[in-house]
Amino acid sequence: MIQCKTSKEVGGMGHSLKRKEDARFLQGKGHYVDDIKLPGMLYMDIVRSPYAYAKIKNINTEEAMKVPGVVAIITGKDLEKYNLHWMPTLMSDTQMVLPTDTVMYQAQEVCAVIATSKYAARDGREAVKVDYEPMKPVMDPFKSTDPSSPVLRTDKPGKKDNHIWHWQAGDKEKTENVFKNADIVVKQQMHIPRIHVVSIETCGCVADYDKVNHHLTMYMTTQAPHAIRTVIALVAGHVGLSEERIRVVSPDIGGGFGGKVPVYPGYVIAIAVSFLVGKPVKWIEDRSENLQADSFARDYHITAEMAGTKDGKIQATRFKVLADHGYTDAAANPSKFPAGMFSIATGSYDYATAFVEADAVYTNKPPGGVAYRCSFRVTEAVQAIERMTDLFAKKVGKDPADIRMQNFIKKEDFPWKSPTGWTYDSGNYQAGLQKAMDVVGYAALRKEQAEKRAKGELMGIGISTFTEIVGAGPSKDFDILGIKMFDSAEIRVHPTGKAIARFGTKSQGQGHETTYAQIIAEELGIPAENIQVEEGDTDTAPYGLGTYASRSTPTAGAAAAIASRKLRDKARKIAAYLLEVSEDDLEWETGKFFVKGAPEKSKTIQEIVFAAYTNHPQGMEAGFEATHYYDPPNLTFPSGAYICVVDVDKETGGIHVRRFVAIDDCGNIINPMVVQGQVHGGLTQAIAPAMYEEMIYDDEGNILNGSLMDYLVPTAVESPKWETGHIVTPSPHHPIGAKGVGESPTVGGPPAIANAIIDALSPFGITHIDIPITPFKVWKALKEHGAYDK
Amino acid sequence: MLKKITVTVNGTQHVLEVEPRLLLVHMIRELLNLTGTHIGCDTTSCGACTILLDGKSVKSCTILAVQANGKSITTIEGLAPEGGPFTPLQEGFKENHGLHCGFCTPGMILRATELLAHNNNPTEEEIRWGISGNLCRCTGYNNIVKAILYAGAKMRGEALPSTEPEFV
Ligand code: FES
Ligand code: FES
Repeated sequence: MIQCKTSKEVGGMGHSLKRKEDARFLQGKGHYVDDIKLPGMLYMDIVRSPYAYAKIKNINTEEAMKVPGVVAIITGKDLEKYNLHWMPTLMSDTQMVLPTDTVMYQAQEVCAVIATSKYAARDGREAVKVDYEPMKPVMDPFKSTDPSSPVLRTDKPGKKDNHIWHWQAGDKEKTENVFKNADIVVKQQMHIPRIHVVSIETCGCVADYDKVNHHLTMYMTTQAPHAIRTVIALVAGHVGLSEERIRVVSPDIGGGFGGKVPVYPGYVIAIAVSFLVGKPVKWIEDRSENLQADSFARDYHITAEMAGTKDGKIQATRFKVLADHGYTDAAANPSKFPAGMFSIATGSYDYATAFVEADAVYTNKPPGGVAYRCSFRVTEAVQAIERMTDLFAKKVGKDPADIRMQNFIKKEDFPWKSPTGWTYDSGNYQAGLQKAMDVVGYAALRKEQAEKRAKGELMGIGISTFTEIVGAGPSKDFDILGIKMFDSAEIRVHPTGKAIARFGTKSQGQGHETTYAQIIAEELGIPAENIQVEEGDTDTAPYGLGTYASRSTPTAGAAAAIASRKLRDKARKIAAYLLEVSEDDLEWETGKFFVKGAPEKSKTIQEIVFAAYTNHPQGMEAGFEATHYYDPPNLTFPSGAYICVVDVDKETGGIHVRRFVAIDDCGNIINPMVVQGQVHGGLTQAIAPAMYEEMIYDDEGNILNGSLMDYLVPTAVESPKWETGHIVTPSPHHPIGAKGVGESPTVGGPPAIANAIIDALSPFGITHIDIPITPFKVWKALKEHGAYDK
Repeated sequence: MLKKITVTVNGTQHVLEVEPRLLLVHMIRELLNLTGTHIGCDTTSCGACTILLDGKSVKSCTILAVQANGKSITTIEGLAPEGGPFTPLQEGFKENHGLHCGFCTPGMILRATELLAHNNNPTEEEIRWGISGNLCRCTGYNNIVKAILYAGAKMRGEALPSTEPEFV
């Protein structure tokens, strides 16, 4: 049981408080972007390219303009007149808003049709005729930098190949030496395939430019409204959209998962059109458009190696990555980290030497590389390290649990400096794995497995003991487009002791309206029920970088605690004045100050707040408000121990996930119900890439599964019953000892599943299959390894 | 050419002139401004648009408004009076944290409403298959299943299952 310091009525940290936001969602009163309807609003639809790489010879809009209701068609040439046809990506690369001559990937925006209704816009879209001259696309990232491949980014002066950047961390030479002298080396080539976030709400916006007041209100599906406002000001400042004239509103968001961080061309076109015609313009993409054109995630090809001693001590790892970014690097990583936090690839294990490097290339695939429920590439890193640990264990001949126990960083060794330069704040990996093994009944399962194997049945047990790296981040290292990655909270307590709190982050389902209120309740003793949380409106919320990379609790959550403490300091002064004692004579107990040794002499927080407006000490500022911008001193390092049990049907390759136990350590817990809910959801988004999801392209650049008919999102039937639990190792540097949890399951889950399936197949000598591990891949591997030979 | 149709939505009769090609979901959202019914796909895959048509749960993105002529529709807004009291399912979703972003929730609840109307004591397996036409990307479904089990118990007048998270 989680200990709570506050009563249920106050509802501070540790209470499974039911969510405050639920009432509106349960009654159909959520307010999502497609629910916005403004007078005179126009609708936008987008003509997209059927080709992955083609010259645009002509765009014929004649018939389309005749369609009743169509008012305008916007092409790249139109935007070029205002110098709005290109935009920067969050990685300081560049991206077409609309093309003037060439399309670079299938489903790329070609032109936009504006009409008085949704249906008219779609009719207009169907009537636009585009003449293309298709070219042979570059689809294979391994061939992208061949001299024979065409240079794709001819827009970049002097660019002679399709290489984007090289990045590395760790000590190359030292690592080479360890590898040369090691008893055991294992090596594996693996692909972490291109997948998609598939939030059930797609992306969209309503751009509303007011020509009279020169003011833009942009309602949009964004996880980072403040950053977007600044980006709009930077991109469109030259046409008069300066930042004080821009209001970005992120209403209720139907799931984000990183897919609603980037700026997509559709948003920019909608703004441009609204700016030109002076009317509100709505753009809501279809699911298929969303799947085919919006930011993908992952797509890392990794050559992974691990070296160690024959008794199982890991000594070094070496990872080499080829990153396929598609047409442009439209990832959303902190500026200094083009491969995100991939260098956390040393995981939970104690060894001194590692070297990781990555090269990114352009291809004719849609752009992106977003961090899908992932703190910037840590998912790819964890998949590599956890698979390699199993391969190493196999070669050494030890149980994968024993190898992990043997190599874990010990709890007394924190803070721990990793060979690639991170300082892990805290952890207790042994305890986590032990708990997971106890809950799942590890020894009994291994025994059952041995019995099954003797009968020729395939059962597997897979472990993943991962370390996450979240809460970006300390301003000395972390920025996006130069803006430091702090976050903020502003608390205003009204005279009657009820509060409104605003944040620079933006919930997309995480439950901030409840959990932030609980942090403030914990610190001030004002019941969470009486604290209204607001986010997403740049006119009212303090500046912040938004919600992704599990950063809300580590940054804005910390800001809430510190702003509350500023208020408590003020409360102490007022209480001293009211009770006519010195501040030092007062003691705080949740919700009130009392006189030491005379607890009957006290003032509640509500009485103190009332006095702040009605009877404050002379010379003190009236009111009861505080703001804090929190710049974290370090990242936080949540961790987890996951164990998966599968049964594999030898004849069909069918995989059944029988058990999945997840023990998470996210430090101190704000709301166990919400944490558990995050873990459930993240685990279903872990089984998805592990067993079902992958975006597949043919050689001509056609996506083969660009709709939900073919792209397999798990339903309630595929999703197992998750068994969840926790241990608590507080973060020593975070004001409330919390670490963040939203992404742990997505990051740590896939290798547990992959390791379990491979474990089931290991009697046949199968050591690796790339995710998603489908029945067909299993059957094929079994066949290749002689399983069906008589 | 517009067609005249008569539909009863959440107990109120509407006479509307619609294009024959107008999808029912657009009639509900755009003409009647009932935006609790959501759109999550273009291939009848996600179930975010699920409503009750004469008591049967259907995906309103795959039915024409004219096909609803003379029929009765219930959307999420019509399940309970504004401000409550909630139906057992709405209560079950809240008590069991059966929603995160809320986008799939109206469709899930309407689908489950029909499910429980037929069988108020379903097994977990029956529930999982029963909602398999509705996608949720946030919750991992565990708590949706729990919410439906809770609502079933409530409808049967039995003791309610614990809503404490099983978080060891
Ligand atoms: S909107 Fe997806 S099934 Fe109707
Ligand atoms: S709660 Fe977000 S899709 Fe189900």
